[in-house]
Amino acid sequence: MERFVPLGNEALAQGALDAGLSGCYGYPGTPSTEIMEAVQRSPEAAARGVHRSWSANEKTALEAALGMSYAGKRALVTMKHVGLNVAADPFMNAAITGVNGGLLVAVADDPSMHSSQNEQDSRAYGRFALIPTLEPGNQQEAYDAAAYGFELSEKYAVPVLVRLTTRLSHSRSAVARREIQPERPLKLPANPQQFVLLPAISRRYYAGLLAKQADFEAEAERSPFNRYEDGPDRRLGILACGITYNYLMEHFPDGCPHPVLKIGQYPLPRALVARLVDACERVVVLEEGAPLVEELLRGFPVETGRVHGRLDGTLPRAGELNPTLVGRALGVEVPASAYAVPEIVANRPPQLCQGCPHGDTYRALNEALDGYARGRVFSDIGCYTLGALPPYNAIQSCVDMGASITMAKGATDAGLRPAVAVIGDSTFSHSGLTGLLDVVNAGAPVKVIVLDNETTAMTGGQPSPAHGHIEQVAIGLGVPAEHVRTITPLPRQHAQNVAVIREELAYEGVSVIVARRECIETARRRRRAGA
Amino acid sequence: MKTDVVLAGVGGQGVLSIAAIIAVAAVDSGLHLKQTEVHGMSQRGGAVQSHLRMADRPIHSDLIADGTADLLISMEPMEALRYLPSLAAGGAVVTERAPLVNIPDYPPLDAVYAALEALPRVWIVDAEAIARDMRASRAANVVLLGAASPFLPVAAGALEAAIGVVFGRKGEAVVEQNIAAFRRGRAVTAAASD
Repeated sequence: MERFVPLGNEALAQGALDAGLSGCYGYPGTPSTEIMEAVQRSPEAAARGVHRSWSANEKTALEAALGMSYAGKRALVTMKHVGLNVAADPFMNAAITGVNGGLLVAVADDPSMHSSQNEQDSRAYGRFALIPTLEPGNQQEAYDAAAYGFELSEKYAVPVLVRLTTRLSHSRSAVARREIQPERPLKLPANPQQFVLLPAISRRYYAGLLAKQADFEAEAERSPFNRYEDGPDRRLGILACGITYNYLMEHFPDGCPHPVLKIGQYPLPRALVARLVDACERVVVLEEGAPLVEELLRGFPVETGRVHGRLDGTLPRAGELNPTLVGRALGVEVPASAYAVPEIVANRPPQLCQGCPHGDTYRALNEALDGYARGRVFSDIGCYTLGALPPYNAIQSCVDMGASITMAKGATDAGLRPAVAVIGDSTFSHSGLTGLLDVVNAGAPVKVIVLDNETTAMTGGQPSPAHGHIEQVAIGLGVPAEHVRTITPLPRQHAQNVAVIREELAYEGVSVIVARRECIETARRRRRAGA
Repeated sequence: MKTDVVLAGVGGQGVLSIAAIIAVAAVDSGLHLKQTEVHGMSQRGGAVQSHLRMADRPIHSDLIADGTADLLISMEPMEALRYLPSLAAGGAVVTERAPLVNIPDYPPLDAVYAALEALPRVWIVDAEAIARDMRASRAANVVLLGAASPFLPVAAGALEAAIGVVFGRKGEAVVEQNIAAFRRGRAVTAAASD
């Protein structure tokens, strides 16, 4: 037997490659990163010359994937759930243009926020854009979702959303591979206006997308990802979405006594749902993320009291589900913990590595700001967000990619002097450039510190998009060259670094200080690879 | 047959390598397997865990339910205590003795060992010391895997072959060293676990 025991992410990637993928695009973000990395590691992808490099951000990635689809080929774009916010513009509009070659948008959600700032549910985006959404429940389904999704995408000429959650993305199990398909030939859209969203054309396409909704639902009714499993005990019926089906079945190794509707494809198949609701006295809805299906089933204004889930406390409103929570919701006897966590156990939060350059920059920044009231350092998404915690306590915001610079600008607009923005090099390239242009145009006295560790460290050391030309980018955007400074965050440079930051704090205009020293993790990996 | 294992430790201690070795051995032994990993922010010197499930029939949940783990393997003694709610009554615990103190409020070590020793089946193993003694400090995780191996549903030979698969890229010397480390660890508990 061939040993193929992939993570859910790797299964999806292999499924896409085996289905004739020509290009994978994306921006790294936990828990989605391994999809692209699996394509990058694949010898088949290398032999075929499949496009497989990271983009500057999720929006540019999705647009490039749409361009590949325009040219007739199958494309996959990957991101974490909050990345879809960045890519929301092309996502919503690609639903209107439709696709030429198959286009899969794979988004990994992070319920319980293991490594994220929120737990938004990407299925809401699928519904918002009116496109089919697949939610694989295990590794085999993650693999199969790729070929099936491409077929669906091409059959109806729409992008298809594939929603994963952390637990499936990062769990391994054996998967059987299927037949390998060739890549699609280069083929321009038959209609040269297909991708021209002028209002008069858009109205026509939107009507077309609306007209397809009935087809999408019919597909969901007969989808292999949706399955009605009858059971004799109809006092209870269970609707289980995605991976929650596993948590359900864990309690019934010999088969569930209640009717179960397993859902892995949306829009919801109304006939299957009606069959479950009509057959059973009560229905419990199991879904990771937001209670989207539960809300639909409850309806408005009619509340029958027969539907239970996250909205009535049967399950917690927030956070990831697990077998214990699901068992309790169903009234199944679940094992209790035999041992509690002893009181002596202390929290061990993540922290910056020993010798991390960010620590040296924060020490210098804290000293340079000594004498000013606290609360003027805006920051961003990355390893350096840990600077919000002791021993640094150096930053006071982390909202979304790039928000450090623009929030600092808003604060200077309000009169805060000085205001500092601390942003990583990859985040700066992802979403900092346009914000810096706003700062330059307004002449706002924002002090931007780019923590340049020359990599995208938090997700495992992917290339940083503006690597090697951050100073030129800042100057090109209009920051005066004499206020684009470079420091080396090292303990022995501390006094000098404090002096540079103080000089710029005293300047009433925009400054960019690039604190450049390679991430110690990537430096170590590079040394080892070279050794 | 079903064996549920919780693996614990601190980012960088090689917890995921142990998980990978067991996973390969289980699959090559014809068992069904599910194995979760922790990625991302939690790897930066914070607490990490992996759930590993092996059975002779299909496994549903990727996660192990509270109070049902047969075995808890921890690369760090306080981290072993953190995951006790996962452990089934009477489940086995195999943990490294040496603490990793990277937080200011690490509890007194005596109290950590006392809490561990209060459990019915616990093996506190000097894996780091053994690895150092072998001049193979980086193989402490595989020493601990060796110590835990008598409690796993796969044969020692399958685990040694899996070490070859997982470390093969790093060369024959590294594989040999890790197999030696595995055997030293296994000797610690082999007699005690029957």
